[in-house]
Amino acid sequence: MGLEEKLPAGFMLSTVEGLAGYMRKASIWPATFGLACCAIEMMAVGTPDYDIARFGMERFAATPRQADLMIVAGRVSQKMAPVVRQVYDQMANPKWVISMGVCASSGGMFNNYAIVQGVDHIIPVDIYLPGCPPRPQMLLNAIIELHHQIESTPLGVNKVKAAKAAEAAALVATPTHQMKGLLA
Amino acid sequence: MADDTAGSSGKDVQKSDPGGFQRDDNAPPGLFASVAGFGVSFSTMFRKVATEEYPEKPRPTAPRFHGRHQLNRHPDGLERCIGCELCAWACPADAIFVEGADNDDTPVEQGGTGRFSPGERYGRVYQINYLRCIFCGLCIEACPTRALTMTNFYELADNDRGKLIFTKDQLLAPLQEGMLPPPFPMAEGLEERDYYQGKVASATDGQREYVDAHAADLAGDADGAFGGQSDGNPDAPGNVGAHAPGRHDVSHTENPTAANTREGAGL
Repeated sequence: MGLEEKLPAGFMLSTVEGLAGYMRKASIWPATFGLACCAIEMMAVGTPDYDIARFGMERFAATPRQADLMIVAGRVSQKMAPVVRQVYDQMANPKWVISMGVCASSGGMFNNYAIVQGVDHIIPVDIYLPGCPPRPQMLLNAIIELHHQIESTPLGVNKVKAAKAAEAAALVATPTHQMKGLLA
Repeated sequence: MADDTAGSSGKDVQKSDPGGFQRDDNAPPGLFASVAGFGVSFSTMFRKVATEEYPEKPRPTAPRFHGRHQLNRHPDGLERCIGCELCAWACPADAIFVEGADNDDTPVEQGGTGRFSPGERYGRVYQINYLRCIFCGLCIEACPTRALTMTNFYELADNDRGKLIFTKDQLLAPLQEGMLPPPFPMAEGLEERDYYQGKVASATDGQREYVDAHAADLAGDADGAFGGQSDGNPDAPGNVGAHAPGRHDVSHTENPTAANTREGAGL
């Protein structure tokens, strides 16, 4: 993305990582993007009662190109799935996704042919937030969890190393269909 | 605003309002008109904050808010869950998975599995998928023993789908004063119905002795029981009860027939 990607590993990169994470976590703009009832709670978080601006989310960006965070609020139907993917693709890196509510996270109670069983089938999700719908405090809690995650995001060669480690771990992990005694 | 009312009240307002916050449209702009707007901002600083300061000072939920579930215990520590699966049947989102097993009063060293609840059966495996659960409370209504209730806890966000499937050891209520960790037999001279009639106040001396006598066995077995697990991670969500409540799996390692193991049962 910039100069920080060219830095060699070491104290220089780790300092930049810490600084960039600290800045990034406090300056996220969510995309204006609600799919169902969870969006009402998401709007409530924007009101003075909960005041999402306290977390650096001064406004909901009206275009995905100015947004860093996608809060998938509501059930994603099969027909909506390509639209969700396109909005995600139009966002500039670095970008994050919160899957708000059980419908977005796993399909929830809509275990049927019309609903995507988890938005992570179409886009990578950083934070899963249960609830139907989650109360505004739960969304704020998810945002704080995301802040912790953003703060420790690796950059440059460290990012490549982390991605390779994640891939290696995924290759040896038990496939979901072989997990026993687990709810899916 | 009508012109006559504005004209008549304009002078009074300006007299009682030297800062010029309330402006008469016909009057010439006052000395402080350009900074009048800041007066509103300034006075707001002294008002009570309307925003909930969530992470630092969260407001309490409503007393009957539907939060995370809890599996309750009898006053002596035995589990209330009888493994009847009524909660799982009631669940509209299929978020609950229960597998019952028979209680067994045979001591562990004689090949028994121990007693976890008064009566015939107990919930051996208990899982709630919080990525399906819609917190409707139908499971709580369905529970015949009040084993399953809901707490007011709601901070459940996580970055892993697997971690949001809560297992029995996470859902069980912590041991309170006068409770013992199961398995142990029912209080001496009492039967199942006495537990539901409130005749048990706390663990008896006999139960305490039993738990003390078998604590060493259980600790050793709990370590051994999961040594052969494929993933080898005792905290993995699939390993229900890697801690004390899970020692019922001991007999499976000693006697590993396909029908006995969780995997063999086709779960």
